[in-house]
Amino acid sequence: MSGLRADLAIIAREVAKGARVLDVGCGDGALMAALRDQKQVDARGMEIDRDNVAACVARGLSVIQGNADTDLADYPDLAFDYAVLSQTLQTTMRPDLVVEQLLRIGARAFVSFPNFAQWRTRIALMFGGMMPVTKQLPARWYDTPNIHHVTIDDFRDFIAQRGIRIEGQWFLRGDRLIGERGANLLAEHAVFLLAR
Amino acid sequence: MSDARFGLDRKITLTEPLALDGGGVLAPVEIAYESYGALNADASNAILLCHALTGDQYVASTHPLTGKPGWWTRMVGPGKPIDTDRYCVICPNVVGSCMGSSGPESLAPDGQPYAMRFPVITIRDMVRAQAMLLDHLGIDRLYAVVGGSMGGMQVLTWAATYPARVDAALVIASTARHSAQNIAFHEVGRQAIMADPNWRGGDYYADGQAPDSGLAVARMAAHITYLSEHGLTEKFGRRLQDRKAKTFGFDADFQVESYLRHQGLSFTGRFDANSYLYITRAMDYFDLAEDHGGHLANAFRGSATRFCLISFDTDWLYPTSESRNIVHALNASGAPVSFVELSAPFGHDSFLLDVPELDRVVDGFLKAGGQ
Repeated sequence: MSGLRADLAIIAREVAKGARVLDVGCGDGALMAALRDQKQVDARGMEIDRDNVAACVARGLSVIQGNADTDLADYPDLAFDYAVLSQTLQTTMRPDLVVEQLLRIGARAFVSFPNFAQWRTRIALMFGGMMPVTKQLPARWYDTPNIHHVTIDDFRDFIAQRGIRIEGQWFLRGDRLIGERGANLLAEHAVFLLAR
Repeated sequence: MSDARFGLDRKITLTEPLALDGGGVLAPVEIAYESYGALNADASNAILLCHALTGDQYVASTHPLTGKPGWWTRMVGPGKPIDTDRYCVICPNVVGSCMGSSGPESLAPDGQPYAMRFPVITIRDMVRAQAMLLDHLGIDRLYAVVGGSMGGMQVLTWAATYPARVDAALVIASTARHSAQNIAFHEVGRQAIMADPNWRGGDYYADGQAPDSGLAVARMAAHITYLSEHGLTEKFGRRLQDRKAKTFGFDADFQVESYLRHQGLSFTGRFDANSYLYITRAMDYFDLAEDHGGHLANAFRGSATRFCLISFDTDWLYPTSESRNIVHALNASGAPVSFVELSAPFGHDSFLLDVPELDRVVDGFLKAGGQ
């Protein structure tokens, strides 16, 4: 699964061969294409940006233009083995409802997001006194698509409150996997595999 | 070795009568069609192209009446998104039309034109006749069925009626049912035709005095629905036509009036008023969910067809919500579906005009079938 963004490479590795996958916020379809070509996955996508949708369709992927906040309700229960939400959670209006939808549509859900508690972000806020603009979170407070910043511990807490099971978790510093210990301070990105 | 069944300006008489949704049968049925590109040895590269209300089979060849290039030359041809070097593209004229397929202008068994004795037909009747044409051409499975507007209704009907014959369905700027507003605009057009003293209950073929004024008004009203308000403003604004001031009369003072009059008038030179009545009726009767117990998803249950739907942000005739409604149903039925709302300034007519993103999506979706 070379060439994929690190969090997508983890998801691509973990998805079972021949599974049915819905990639919510699928971007240019890189994960879907890899799953289709290397794991014979029946992959479907949803993407908000029309240029991205056009690019996906042009590469032969089944992708619909839609909004994770409003259009997931259109899918029937358990239509997929996995629903994937990669680096999109923090951009939704209601991340809580989106996660509920993912676990209604999919038997399992992969959720990846940038960890706002990573030490560089903490330092930038602590000493800069301003909303952090880092390599990992390059947008400014007023034009960022990330309207619900979340930390690894926030997410764990949220999952626990809802009785959702964590079946797998991976933490990334750059492209490298790091351990669970201290991940909330050290990891730039987290990937969770969830199930009910 | 050339096969006389393929090529430009073809016509066949179906060997079987056409059973109609409205009851009864139509026989004999003639179907005029054109084909572009060669059918491969295992007949696996055929694309059926379905035309819109006032379209015809002259997709990419010179129109015999207007002398103008075909209506989709920008999309269909060698190296174009619907690539005739790769696919064999077949476009039949719909039943009810006036460009060679059986319609109200055709002669009934008694040797007189059918006129209003022609049976009211449906979109599904059109599709059944197309299926019989394909049988005649030796094409069992279609690599794709493609159509915009009313053509899209035929594509959806194909996928629902003959799922095993359709590998891919491409539906552009279309809908799964005609809305009250759609029906209302069509009724204005029909009333304009029937109010023309030349219409005479549809029996105008003998003396050549056709209800041209009525048909022109019908076309003018419809044409407005094909454009966006922004497009009209951009193109004409309140500019005057070849004059410096208003005339305080009822001439075509404004450019937009002159344009619409021209559109209406030139339409009468190539279209039959009765055909306009019949085809608009077929569109108004179209409601794919109604044919499947009120649930659109049932129309596609178990379908292995790949779908792609495209809408345009300025199309208020068949707005994006109509395409989304179809996408919703396809998701519920589990069919593989792509959907995109493209941005284009031309309203409903965008599917016929220069929208590079449309070319890209059509090209990619078709190639994904592997041919």
